[in-house]
Amino acid sequence: MTEQTQAVENSSPSSGPSIIRIITGIFGHFLVKRFLFFLFVVWLASTVIFIIPRLSGQDPVKEKLLLEAQRGGAMQTGLDAMAKHYQKRFGLDQPIWIQYSNFLNDLAHLNLGVSIAFFPRTVNDIVFESLIWTLGLMGTVTLLAFVLGTLAGAILGWPRRPGWIQYVFMPLLTLAAIPQYLLAMILIFIFAFKLGWLPLFGGYAAGTLPELSFAFFIDVIKHAILPAFAILFSVVGFWAIGMRGMMINMQGEDYMIQADAKGLKGSRIFMRYAVRNALLPQVTGLALVLGTIVTGQVLVERVFSYPGIGDILFQAIRLSDFFVIRGIVIVIILGIAGATFLLDVLYPLLDPRIKVGKS
Amino acid sequence: MSTEQAIETYREGARISDVDALVVDGLSVYYETEGGTVKACDDVTFTLKQGERFALVGESGSGKTTLAMALMRLTRPPGHIAKGSVLLYGHDLTKLTDDEMRKARLSEIALVPQGAMNSLNPIMRIGKQVVDGLLDHLTDDQSTPGKEELDDTVRDLLTRVGLRPGVARLYPHELSGGMKQRVAMAIGISLQPKLIIADEPTSALDVVVQRQIMQTLGRLQEGLDASIMLVGHDMGLVAQFADTIGVMYAGKLVEVGPVEEVFSDPKHPYTKLLIGSLPSLQEKREFLGIPGLPPELVALPPGCAFADRCPSSFDRCSVDIPEKLNIGSRRDVACHLYEGEAQS
Repeated sequence: MTEQTQAVENSSPSSGPSIIRIITGIFGHFLVKRFLFFLFVVWLASTVIFIIPRLSGQDPVKEKLLLEAQRGGAMQTGLDAMAKHYQKRFGLDQPIWIQYSNFLNDLAHLNLGVSIAFFPRTVNDIVFESLIWTLGLMGTVTLLAFVLGTLAGAILGWPRRPGWIQYVFMPLLTLAAIPQYLLAMILIFIFAFKLGWLPLFGGYAAGTLPELSFAFFIDVIKHAILPAFAILFSVVGFWAIGMRGMMINMQGEDYMIQADAKGLKGSRIFMRYAVRNALLPQVTGLALVLGTIVTGQVLVERVFSYPGIGDILFQAIRLSDFFVIRGIVIVIILGIAGATFLLDVLYPLLDPRIKVGKS
Repeated sequence: MSTEQAIETYREGARISDVDALVVDGLSVYYETEGGTVKACDDVTFTLKQGERFALVGESGSGKTTLAMALMRLTRPPGHIAKGSVLLYGHDLTKLTDDEMRKARLSEIALVPQGAMNSLNPIMRIGKQVVDGLLDHLTDDQSTPGKEELDDTVRDLLTRVGLRPGVARLYPHELSGGMKQRVAMAIGISLQPKLIIADEPTSALDVVVQRQIMQTLGRLQEGLDASIMLVGHDMGLVAQFADTIGVMYAGKLVEVGPVEEVFSDPKHPYTKLLIGSLPSLQEKREFLGIPGLPPELVALPPGCAFADRCPSSFDRCSVDIPEKLNIGSRRDVACHLYEGEAQS
């Protein structure tokens, strides 16, 4: 993932600016290298999504029209003509390489096409709208869970913690074993259905329109609390258990023993020696998870009818809305590749042993 | 040989005064395990004068490091100091509160670890790792020194151990093993401790660097008028460096004496075999080992722990545990063979 790269020294001006040298310099630079790799991953993954459906040999337009015709019991005459028309509309009558180059061109312009099920809305519109809900919920919950879980794990893995702490945290961590959708239903049953404290479903009150107002903001928060907790409880445990393990491993490190032998204060050893070192793998984990939050939580979003990307993905699959599915998959690819790229760029700042550039 | 030395030594420039720096009396470190009590360090008694270099030798698992850690009260559960006392200039370290003991570490009693290994925090600059020890030992009436003052201190310390001041800005992985060992020494002397415990400071270093490191360590110790306890199993190194040697076997200190005497006239059969196993330049011969294995510390034989491997053992050895016998000036041995020579 990371590698030692030698940045090219400033090319000497006396020998004249060597274009080749500058170009190899730029391409040799760590950031450029990582970015090119990012583009490569996105291209490769997109190509796979382009090819796979075409290997099935099915005609999505015809399938769709046939389905509609059966459902409506309408006459089937003119179906072929309609299919031709739509295929032209979607560019499916073109030779495959033209389809491919159109696809790449659209992708480069971040144009994900038009939805079949929600025609004529564009995939961009649909994905972007639901992405905001998912990122708002999942982004917040993921970061919160990371901070809380890592903190809990750090304390649990610290031999000098007060003894009672494990009796508080450990039962909490067992919640991690309950599947999120089950926890979601339990929460809905208790807090929304029985107690009626919080809304049952949705991202905002039915009948209102999203607007920038304080009342709407409060409404959104109210709707987000239960899904947030359903996810939070399970994910906190995940982070806490990982961090706890790292902290316990850390106790055997020579530099931890030496920190004690130096007579350092407990708080300094905890933060600067133990937590700081144990955090490194946690951060790697966080970056990878951040990449996947764009996938949304299909099950949790379904249970709460939350208007996030997971819910849209579910509907798109149900309605065989191929273009929306593809759009979401591309967003996921961008998310994961982007997070990996970000991690590559940021990690050397956290761990000096991973060094790039300057020799 | 200088006559003003409190104890006998051939070391040039030694300044050993007749002040007891460290008096360890009956120190025992036990590990409570499911299989029983492991006596990792049992009834260890010895004295170090101010300015003296004491070397603790013994094979792996003989309790050297356990003893060193116990002196700093760094024994970790399930281990604990079962009995005994550790007097550093008259103050019993075993009686200090945890916070008093924390403050005593580095300022009174410092550990120089195997720096070539992993003893430095990998993600902290060297300068910072030198400074944090200083900062955590400020007394209540001392104000936090400014950045420049700290930088000066670090520069001075690094120079004293033979490093460029620029090393302060580097991370541990950017240093060689020898440089890391020097950093470990710089940290160790940063608060002018009275006792330096050097736990195998030169293992994992090549012989050229070993020599330089030991010279530096010796120079620093002399400069501070501190005593030093060297833990190691390199007999050659010990012979050159130390004034006094203590031999550990199965958690017990079986022989103590001036280095020259112990090497020329070892008393305990284990010491004899240990010294006999050293290769010699004068004659080419087969490597000699000590047959058998050290006993399991959890199930020690009833008598002497070395009896099974001892060429001179007799009936009593497998019945009675030999007591420490004083057989000369600063010369102790725990062996039934010398009962007749004991001075009381």
